Amino acid sequence: MADVKLTHVKKIYSNKVEVLKDINLDIKQGEFIVFVGPSGCGKSTLLRMISGLEEISSGTLEIDGQVVNDIPPALRGIAMVFQSYALYPHMSVYDNMAFSLQIAKVSKADIDQQVRKAADMLQLTPYLDRLPKALSGGQRQRVAIGRAIVRRPKVFLFDEPLSNLDAALRVATRMEIANLKDSMPDSTMIYVTHDQVEAMTLADRIVLLSAGNIEQVGSPLELYEHPANVFVAKFIGSPAMNIVPCRIEKAGEQTRVALSSSVTVNTPIKTDAAEQSKSAFFGIRPEDMVVVDTQEQAFLSGDVSFVESLGEATLLYVKVPGCDDMIIAKQAGTLKTQRGDKVHLSALPEKMHLFDENEQSYTR
Amino acid sequence: MAQLASALVTMILGVLGCAVYFYGSNILLDKIFPTKNRPAQQVASNLRIANSIRPWLFLGPAVLLLTFYLFYPVIDSIRLSFFDRSGEEFVGLSNYVWLFGSDEFFESFRNNMLWLIVVPTAATFFGLIIATMTDRIWWGNIAKSLIFMPMAISFIGASVIWKFIYDFRSGGDAQIGLLNAVVVFFGGEPQNWITIPFWNNFFLMIILVWIQTGFAMVILSAALRGIPDETIEAAVLDGANGLQIFFKIMVPQIWGTIAVVWTTITILVLKVFDIVLAMTNGQWDTQVLANQMFDWMFRGGGDFGRGAVVAIVIMVLVIPIMVWNIKRANAEMEGR
Amino acid sequence: MIASSKRSPLTYLVHATVLFLVVIWTIPTAGLFISSIRDKDQLSVSGWWTALSTSEQLIIARANDPKTQVQEGDLFVIRGNLLDGSSGDVTKFGSSSLEPEAFDAGAVADLRKGQTLQVMENGDYAFSSPTPWEGRSQRIFYTAEIPPRFTLDNYREVLSTEGLGKSFLNSLTVTIPATIIPILVAAFAAYALAWMRFPGRALLVAAVVGLLVVPLQMSLIPLLKSYNLIGEFFGVGSKTYVGIWLAHTGFGLPLAIYLLRNYIAGLPGEIIESARVDGASDFDIFRKIILPLSFPALASFAIFQFLWVWNDLLIAMVFLGNNEEHLVLTGQLRELLGSRGGNWEILTASAFITIIVPLCVFFSLQRYLVRGLLAGSVK
Repeated sequence: MADVKLTHVKKIYSNKVEVLKDINLDIKQGEFIVFVGPSGCGKSTLLRMISGLEEISSGTLEIDGQVVNDIPPALRGIAMVFQSYALYPHMSVYDNMAFSLQIAKVSKADIDQQVRKAADMLQLTPYLDRLPKALSGGQRQRVAIGRAIVRRPKVFLFDEPLSNLDAALRVATRMEIANLKDSMPDSTMIYVTHDQVEAMTLADRIVLLSAGNIEQVGSPLELYEHPANVFVAKFIGSPAMNIVPCRIEKAGEQTRVALSSSVTVNTPIKTDAAEQSKSAFFGIRPEDMVVVDTQEQAFLSGDVSFVESLGEATLLYVKVPGCDDMIIAKQAGTLKTQRGDKVHLSALPEKMHLFDENEQSYTR
Repeated sequence: MAQLASALVTMILGVLGCAVYFYGSNILLDKIFPTKNRPAQQVASNLRIANSIRPWLFLGPAVLLLTFYLFYPVIDSIRLSFFDRSGEEFVGLSNYVWLFGSDEFFESFRNNMLWLIVVPTAATFFGLIIATMTDRIWWGNIAKSLIFMPMAISFIGASVIWKFIYDFRSGGDAQIGLLNAVVVFFGGEPQNWITIPFWNNFFLMIILVWIQTGFAMVILSAALRGIPDETIEAAVLDGANGLQIFFKIMVPQIWGTIAVVWTTITILVLKVFDIVLAMTNGQWDTQVLANQMFDWMFRGGGDFGRGAVVAIVIMVLVIPIMVWNIKRANAEMEGR
Repeated sequence: MIASSKRSPLTYLVHATVLFLVVIWTIPTAGLFISSIRDKDQLSVSGWWTALSTSEQLIIARANDPKTQVQEGDLFVIRGNLLDGSSGDVTKFGSSSLEPEAFDAGAVADLRKGQTLQVMENGDYAFSSPTPWEGRSQRIFYTAEIPPRFTLDNYREVLSTEGLGKSFLNSLTVTIPATIIPILVAAFAAYALAWMRFPGRALLVAAVVGLLVVPLQMSLIPLLKSYNLIGEFFGVGSKTYVGIWLAHTGFGLPLAIYLLRNYIAGLPGEIIESARVDGASDFDIFRKIILPLSFPALASFAIFQFLWVWNDLLIAMVFLGNNEEHLVLTGQLRELLGSRGGNWEILTASAFITIIVPLCVFFSLQRYLVRGLLAGSVK
């Protein structure tokens, strides 16, 4: 089982469009890595480059310490599960799973043993003689996974495998994939998704990409609690973090920022004196804000423009005088607050985020 | 029986030879540049070489055949049009001078133009009408199938069928041709239809319209079904009547398909040859370019120069459609 | 479609119009078929639409040879039957072309020198003479009402004496390889053009689209010259089956490649990539994935090519010639049209034999044909 190492990897299409710019990434054996990002960020391209379906324009890709840039997909020791499952529609479930072994000229008995073992593990045994079109979406998904398992790959690659399933099935299959990982602790898994919930729940480490760059690599909670920049901050978490442009009034151990002419906030974030008077971005997650009774306890006050009651939580859209964007506050349970009411919002200082003028986080 | 056996053997040999090439060449390529059980770097380089050769193994026969049967002949025809009847002596433009000075050419050219106007128009028109109407009745599919049927009949077979319809008996004999029988039934004078100059062209065209209407119908019917129901429902709600819906909502949405049908039939018309050959062989002012060209190929031992000139005229007529097709295909490929 | 739940007059009009058009479109073929199974004597004197009614015909027959005469008392008698035992009624008869209807059936006609002729209604006739009959057999003119008669004699005749049976086999010999070879060649090329990466691919696709419309006529003369050269080189003559197979392959390829490429390019890319990850080479992918999945497109093209080759006249005439040995059905039909132009019993039966195979193919595989047409044209 294997490490995967990308060094200065680039992808440039023939029309000079650079879809991936200088990707450096070290994936350890047995890790579950999730590539996440908005569509068009290059995450699928990156996965396809690791699989060998897409050529690497420059840089090196190592699997298990060996440079595999020129090695064909089949010899890289990888297996891939596609978004559309890519089952061979004219072959039975059994033949679908056996195909790669037949190509590799594995003996009939070995093929049979491996296919049956995988089918057993995925509860596919009763369906081995069926054609893919006679299976449900979830079963097809499991066949696709089974096809990957029988090859005993060093690295599993998943390309948005759940996006064709309906919501309920998606949750169930997500857990199955988590179980699969637990049963094969030595396999490295790389998983592409645009869904942050999948990323948060499955990943050991998340690689967040945007426009061909890695924005941040880290565990799900690291990304949630310590986003490296505004992009990460807004991408992880739902509803997205409130980001308010501000100016640094007083730099130092504690930084005081002015959100508008009338609103200032003290944050426990340290800034250098050089930052004094520069523009910056103040961030606070909707779920980190609390409605309080009096203005004295609050750091923000404003009028409620919308109320969205979701049942388990209530979203308040608050218009704060002097701020252009609405501030969203997420409160547990249901509230009596109505449109037009005045609310006072407070937050724990350690939940506040501050980003410099280039949208990078000030390290605490 | 012997004929059957030898036919069978030749068939099997022909097909087998073809299969052996594809299998053999690919297996050979895999043997020369093996990718199994070799060190990684050798695999990589072997694979690169094999992958750059393999497309040409796949394409080879097709490219060769296309070159030999279509591409080279086009070039050679152009060359031959400047040579004499045997294709050996250069005669400059004299074939072209002959062509544009010959009455026969103008007759065929005029007739071809008539064909080009009448046949695609009539076939597309009937096809559209029938497609629209059959979509609304329960036995529409049977009707379509029957109207589509002539598509399977050879031009020569169709010619026999229609020659029988146009058959003429002189004197007071009973007419066994359907057309004359109908004319007589309504008190008219029977005619030898295919010998009446000028109008006989139309009797020949009817045959091709009969064959091609089914084609137009099938394609237009599919296009009509592809029109989103919502647009028609919206038009109904807007108060449009049936004809308005047909002309203002449906037809504009299938213009592209109508154009495709039209050009496809146009190309076919340019090549039409069998019908004229079988019905009149160009007599009674019914000559067309394709038949004239065939005529010159073999007339008096064959005149390759003059035959080639006529072929080039046909080619020139096709070129606009060809350019349009290529543009359309390119646009489509970029759309992928 | 337009909601017309009520049976309005317009609906009836549509039904009537479609019915009318269907009749117009099918009647020519129906007429041909009905004529081909009619008795040839009836066919030539009455329209096929009268096939089910009794026809009145004026017929010239020859009596039996004088050698068959028998002596009955003083008289020498030649007996026979005009209708050869088949049903029908003789109404009138005569012995000279000037008065073919001089006598009613059953009457005794006096000829010269005491010779008589009697023709009965059922066609029995008797010539009698006081002196022995000599020379050529006698002519009898008679008018008969003959009930409709259907027969397969026309088919029997064209299949044996007119050589259509052999042509039928020739057509098969030409058609089957000329259908299969281009499919194989085109399928490989189409896969390469759809899914393999190599320089010049776009150019090749454009070339195929361009060649789609090149008129055959353009190719004939140069090819005829090349064929003569090649035939001479191998000493086999220029008209061979191999030659015509390859010619049909060449001419069919642009459409075949175009159709199949469109179809194969439309297959889901992930399936092909998945096979690649599974270790399949391009050849494996083609054989095990593409071919089975392209079956509908292959079938569509096969039907096209089959109909086209079977129905072709031009290429067969140029590359196979018109000698007896190699003549295909369409060529044979054309020959007959020239040599037996007035013999409708021969022409209709021959024409029906040439169109029966394509018609069967058409009606049994129409679904695939339509699918292919749509793939080839609608975009």
